[in-house]
Amino acid sequence: MTNHKTKIKESKSTSVNKTPLLEYRDVSKSYGDKTVLENINLKIPRGRIVGLLGKNGAGKTTLIKLANDLLQPTNGEVLFDNKPISIESKRKISYLPELTYLDKTMKVHEAVAFFAEFYHDFDIDKAKELAKILDLDLNKKIIKMSKGMQEKLQLILVISRKADLYILDEPLGGIDPATRDFILDTILSNFDTNASLLISTHLIADIERILDEVFFIDDGKVVLESEADTLRQKEHGSIDEIFRKRFRSYSAMKPNHT
Amino acid sequence: MYQQNNTTNFNLELNFSFDNERPIYIQLVEQIEVMIISGKLPPSSKLPSVRELATRARVNPNTIQRALLELERKNLIYTERTNGKFVSKNLARLVDSHEEYIKNRVAEFVVEMHALGLNERELIKIIKEGKKS
Repeated sequence: MTNHKTKIKESKSTSVNKTPLLEYRDVSKSYGDKTVLENINLKIPRGRIVGLLGKNGAGKTTLIKLANDLLQPTNGEVLFDNKPISIESKRKISYLPELTYLDKTMKVHEAVAFFAEFYHDFDIDKAKELAKILDLDLNKKIIKMSKGMQEKLQLILVISRKADLYILDEPLGGIDPATRDFILDTILSNFDTNASLLISTHLIADIERILDEVFFIDDGKVVLESEADTLRQKEHGSIDEIFRKRFRSYSAMKPNHT
Repeated sequence: MYQQNNTTNFNLELNFSFDNERPIYIQLVEQIEVMIISGKLPPSSKLPSVRELATRARVNPNTIQRALLELERKNLIYTERTNGKFVSKNLARLVDSHEEYIKNRVAEFVVEMHALGLNERELIKIIKEGKKS
């Protein structure tokens, strides 16, 4: 099991601040005898866009919830800026959950005001500007908007915070390809190079160009970590292809679980 | 944020296109090289900011940074502290890299044609015929 893990060393030595922004140390999570995450060790430095890539059910959302204090690890610890996850770290992490938590009877401008009140680092002007650019009507009720529009709104709210870490759980799921490009543009043009961005997705082809680093998660384990361009160079293919190939062979190699 | 394009002193479209099969930074280096060699980015002109390039190319700012570092290493661009990055003034050097670029492309092409079973004489013949028509 442990030999599944492949580590590709980074060729360059760039980052000066060695303290990772987010770190998982030997983290495991289980429910009864069902293990969801097994011995996860991850480090996310500042200024990086990191992809958490895995199939549905691989453990991506569980991993993310641990960083947002929504779940507690069974073993190990999750550190933000070298301190355990806490109320304080939650203030510095802007999190886009997989499922919406907005009160859908609110109008768009009410949701914006709600966020402004709730988060001190929320930039209300920026949110309004982005809403305008992305064609969201401030006076519309959320419930009256399409799923794609609702996701756009949610993303606007999340990236209008001036956080240290942005965690986006499947930000593109219900969004059409044309809008996806727009959302990637929005993420990139708003990306602050002192912050980091952790994006979980199984739609790798759409997103791989903006990633610095990738983590492949399978069956609750990190099976590969690499800088994106290093991996492309080494395996002569796109991250998407490498991902597909890898998981094809993994499922073929995997012994039967009982 | 959505800033106006005021970091460049020229007004042009810089279009990038990538395949995901090869390192993105290498493709960036190649494409900016072509823009410089072809004069689309003329000598001494200012390059757009990292952020602007990242948004235009739809890639990560760190990847842009890495590509610019490589271009700087090749002396195709240089940094003016606090002022940004500029295309090299030294034309001779640009011509050198122009030639290098052409040689590389021709070499790649010849290798590819060899793989298809064409020898150099046949290739030259085809090129000449192509020119006539």
